[in-house]
Amino acid sequence: MNINLTLIGQSITFAVFVWFCYAYVWPPLVNALAERKKQISEGLAAAERGQHEQELAEKRAAEHLKEAKGQASEIIVQAQKRASEIVDEAKDDARTEADRIKIGADAEIAQEINRAREDLRQQVAILAIAGAEKILKQEVNAEAHASTLSALAEQL
Amino acid sequence: MSGDTQQTAAQYIQHHLQNMTYGKFPEGHDLAGQWGLAHDAAEAKAMGFMAIHVDTMFWSIFLGALFLFLFKKVANTATSGVPGGMQNFVEMIVEFVDSSVKSTFTGRNPFVAPMALTIFVWVFLINFMDLMPVDWIPGAVGWMGHQFFGMDPHHVYFKVVPSTDPNATFGMALSVFMLTLFYSFKQKGLIGFVGELTLHPFSSNNIVLKLAFIPINFVLEFVALIAKPLSLSLRLYGNMFAGEMIFILIALMYGGGWIAGIFGGFMQLGWAIFHILIITLQAYIFMTLTIVYMDLAYQTNEDH
Repeated sequence: MNINLTLIGQSITFAVFVWFCYAYVWPPLVNALAERKKQISEGLAAAERGQHEQELAEKRAAEHLKEAKGQASEIIVQAQKRASEIVDEAKDDARTEADRIKIGADAEIAQEINRAREDLRQQVAILAIAGAEKILKQEVNAEAHASTLSALAEQL
Repeated sequence: MSGDTQQTAAQYIQHHLQNMTYGKFPEGHDLAGQWGLAHDAAEAKAMGFMAIHVDTMFWSIFLGALFLFLFKKVANTATSGVPGGMQNFVEMIVEFVDSSVKSTFTGRNPFVAPMALTIFVWVFLINFMDLMPVDWIPGAVGWMGHQFFGMDPHHVYFKVVPSTDPNATFGMALSVFMLTLFYSFKQKGLIGFVGELTLHPFSSNNIVLKLAFIPINFVLEFVALIAKPLSLSLRLYGNMFAGEMIFILIALMYGGGWIAGIFGGFMQLGWAIFHILIITLQAYIFMTLTIVYMDLAYQTNEDH
C-alpha cells in the first residue's frame, strides 16, 4: 500500500509502452486494415459491376432471341406462302398442260375422223362406182362419168 | 496454505498483500543507508518513497513487453490479404479500440488510438494475472528465494497482480493526466486553460459578479480536474484489490479440511468465471475514460 518509486517507474513504463505502440505497432496494423477495407470495397464494386453487366447481357440475349424468333416465324410464314404458291403454280401448270394435251388429242381425233371419213368416202365412191359398173355393165364409160362420180363423192 | 510452518489466517492474508519491496533502509536499521529487500511490511513501510516494488514492476513490464512483442510480430507480417488466426485476433482488438476512439474522441490526434490500445491490452493482461491461483507464483518465488538466496520463504513477498498495487494504477493515471494537461494547454493556451478552471460553471455578464465567482469556480473545477486521475486509478485498484482479496479468502478454505476445500474449489471456479467479466470491464473502462479525458482536453469552446 506504500506509495514509492514504483509510481514513477510505472509512469515511465507506461509512457514507453504507449510510445512504442504508437510508433511501431499501430500504423502497420491500421494500414493493413485500411488496405483490406479498400480491397473489399473494390471487390464488391467489381462484383456489382459484373452483375450489372450480366443483367445487361441477359437482356441483350433475350432481345436477340426474341428477334430471332420473330425472324424464324416470318420465314416460316413466307415459306408456307411460297409453298402454297408453288402448289398453285404446279396446279395451274398441270391444268394448262392437261388442256394442251386434251386439245392435241382432240385435234388428232378430229384428224383421225377426217382421215377415216376420207377413206370411207373413197371406199364409198369405189363401191358406188363398182355398183354402178355392175348396174351399167356395158354402157358406162368410166372416163366419161368420172367427173360426175367425183362430184358425187364430194358431197358424201 | 504456503509455508512449512503454520500461519494464521491473518498472517496468510497479510503475506499475500505485501509487495516485494527493494529500497533504501532507513536510519536506525542495521543496514541503514544500504539498498535491499524489505523483510516485512514494517520495513517496507519504513523505507518510505525510496523503494520500488520489484514484483509490480516485473509483471507490468513483462506483460507490457509480451503485448508489444505479440502485436509487433503480427504488425510485421500484417497483410491486407486473408489474415491468419493471430492476425485476425489482433485485428479484432485493434478494430474494437479504433471504433471506440472514433466514436468518443472528436479531436485529431494520432496518439490517442495507440494509447487506448496499449491501455486496454496492458491493463487486461495485468488484471488477467488475478486469475492465477493465488499461491502458485508467490509460492514458486518463495521456494526460489529459499533455495537460491537462503531466504526465509515467509519473508519473500510477491504480489502477482500489478493493478492491486496503487502505485501501478496511479502511475498509469498520472501519465494519462499529464497527457490531458499537456494537450489542454496545447489546444487552449494558458489563458484558455485558466479560463476553463475559473470562469465555469458560474458566470455572469456583470464584471464584479464574474470576479466574485472566480474562487468558487476554481475550487469546483479544480476538484473536478483532480478527481479524474484519482477516480481513474482508484476504480481499477479498488476493483482488482477486492477481487484479489476474495481469491485469497477462498484460498484460505483449502486449509479447512476436505469439505471446505472442495467447496472452496467451486467457489474459486465461480469467482474466476465472474472475474473474467470484471477484468475485461475494468480494462475497457480505463481505456474509455482515458479517451473521454483526452476528448475533454480537446474541447475548446465549452458552453455550459
